[in-house]
Amino acid sequence: MKSKETNKSNVSEFFSKIVRRQVFIPIAALLLLAIFNLVTDPSFYKITFGYNSAGNPVLSGNLMTILDSGSELAILAIGMTLVTAATGGQDISVGAAIAISGSVILRVLCGTDSRPETLQAPIIVAFLVACVVAMLFGAFNGVLVAYFKIQPMVATLILFTAGRSIAAWINNNELPIINEPSFGYFGGFIPGIPIPTPFFIAVICMVIIALVLRFTNLGLYTQAVGINESSSRLNGLNPAFIKFLTFVILGLCVAVAGLIKVSRFSTINYSVIAKDIEMDAILAVALGGNALSGGKFSMSASILGAYVIQFLMTTLYKFNVKSDALPAYKAVVVIVLVVLSAPIVREWLSSMWKKIKPEGQGKEVA
Amino acid sequence: MKKKLLAAIMAAAMVVSLTACGSAPAQEAAAPAEEAAPAEEEAAPAEEAAPAEEEAPAAEEAAPAESTGETIKVGIINNDPNESGYRTANDKDLQAMFTAENGYEASFAYSNKNDEQIAAAQKFIQDGVDYLLLSAADTAGWDSVLKDAQDAGIRVILFDRTIDADESLYEASIVSDMAKEGETAVTWLKGQGLEEYNIIHLQGVMGSAAQQGRTGALDAAVASDGWNLVTQQTAEWNAEKAQQIVQSVIDSGASFNVIYAENDDMAKGAVAALDKANIPHGVGKDVIVMGFDCNKWALEELLAQNWNYDGQCNPFQASYIDEIIKTIQSGGTVAEKTIIMDEKGFDATEITQEDVDKYGI
Repeated sequence: MKSKETNKSNVSEFFSKIVRRQVFIPIAALLLLAIFNLVTDPSFYKITFGYNSAGNPVLSGNLMTILDSGSELAILAIGMTLVTAATGGQDISVGAAIAISGSVILRVLCGTDSRPETLQAPIIVAFLVACVVAMLFGAFNGVLVAYFKIQPMVATLILFTAGRSIAAWINNNELPIINEPSFGYFGGFIPGIPIPTPFFIAVICMVIIALVLRFTNLGLYTQAVGINESSSRLNGLNPAFIKFLTFVILGLCVAVAGLIKVSRFSTINYSVIAKDIEMDAILAVALGGNALSGGKFSMSASILGAYVIQFLMTTLYKFNVKSDALPAYKAVVVIVLVVLSAPIVREWLSSMWKKIKPEGQGKEVA
Repeated sequence: MKKKLLAAIMAAAMVVSLTACGSAPAQEAAAPAEEAAPAEEEAAPAEEAAPAEEEAPAAEEAAPAESTGETIKVGIINNDPNESGYRTANDKDLQAMFTAENGYEASFAYSNKNDEQIAAAQKFIQDGVDYLLLSAADTAGWDSVLKDAQDAGIRVILFDRTIDADESLYEASIVSDMAKEGETAVTWLKGQGLEEYNIIHLQGVMGSAAQQGRTGALDAAVASDGWNLVTQQTAEWNAEKAQQIVQSVIDSGASFNVIYAENDDMAKGAVAALDKANIPHGVGKDVIVMGFDCNKWALEELLAQNWNYDGQCNPFQASYIDEIIKTIQSGGTVAEKTIIMDEKGFDATEITQEDVDKYGI
């Protein structure tokens, strides 16, 4: 900040504008983590190029791990943001729903034999069936929330409790394993492309949702419903349908995340697959600075929030934090981030910024 | 599913035949009842022997049960079979053992919650079962309900999990010794005679019995033999987390030559990370891979020599329980309260296809 007097006010104005922008919080969190890693061990950012045991080129390194493993969460964050915005509540059944859609994919691919030599159906068919099933379960949640006016957390508690049993039941409680290597591409690498596929899938989802928000009224309508349901009804919207729709979209996100999850190991474990991912997805939305009580939202902030969570996990693994202490570290960081993202703290920060502006000592805000 | 259905139908058939006992006219279609039909009017014990006809010794042992006047009624309280592959195998084993053919009338109750299990136990006591078989979700809170069982003359046998209750409240407890499983594995690892041991230790959910037992054994060896733990992290039984942890070690450039994963899923996740980095693993390769639980697919990895070791966590308790019930029915006493099951450790160089078929869950 060795700028001249004239630049100072511009810089400070720029900063206070940024601080008030919603996407500031995940970016600040990301910077915080990035700087911490840079200071303690710059080798964190090392990316190496190599070949995996199948002889295909792969890039590896902590950053790649973050892009790879954070993708399912980013995809879920898309749907969760919409649900949060429209209903002012969260869907806690996404982990269980991923188990169901993953189970459906394997069931369709395997048929009756849990260890098939060849796939019984094309992967795309299995995926589409899973999409339909996941959207149906999303619709189930949506109907309970939108038309029966049950609180989202209570309504989705049903599937949260029953989902993993349903997933196991779909495959007769067996653990199907798929030998077909091409099925592993979705959660691994496509031969010849050294960047993990889940990241591409996440990018495709992001582009689609960006286009949808850009060219349809979905974003406007969900925010309107979330901010004031009755006034949006008076303005000719159908709030119940909008809420219902957000749950169905989340269902679609779940199916995509489910495909990646089961593809990673070409199998499923009903009790641990996508365990606690609902909490991380909700956290991603919160980290994105979105009010969990609904209303206005920023999609890019949520998606960034998802990658921040994965960044944090990778950092904790990197520093070999003791197992028993792991949740505590995560909790501390989350507390800091969430407090930072509270509107009251941000107001205070930007007023602090204004106070120190005259002295011209541009300290980092976060 | 079919087996379950069959078991349910058989159980239902037994119930029908029993209720028919009271009312004289008998025209049952169910096979066991037909066998019993001639004796139906006179005495209950005859009927009891009938289903066991195929199995002569069982018929003899069933005789002392005359007092109850029925086949041996067992109420089985288990954890949710979907919980894990272990539990699925455990439940299948019990379902296969406690059938009408073997002289049992079994009712099953499943829950991962202690209070629901206790409620199920109370129901079984009211139903007047002869034996209560219990795999408790939680160790605490069982005293009063087990006392009720004792007062009602119901014998309690614990399987898989122990509880914090007075020993007099149950006949026997059939358990796995997780610490012994860990010791078997660590002894095997010692036997490999590596020049140095740089171990990646992937732990289960912290505080679970399996994690404590399997971690304890390795920690002891690390302390006594000067082994080096490159990392010791919980992956919470989750393959994906295990993959990330191992990936992080690979990215940091630290060298390691052993992966000690506390279950098969985590070993699989670790192997995925190794494959990605093109690090050879398995018999005679750079990295030794160890898992636990003996999933069928894991034993196949052993057979293919991609992994080196898999420790068993025996889910097949039904035969032990059956033996105890037969001992008690024939008037004997159970010598030891706590029965620890035999558990093996498989070495990739010695495992055979029969082992995979027999012990894979």
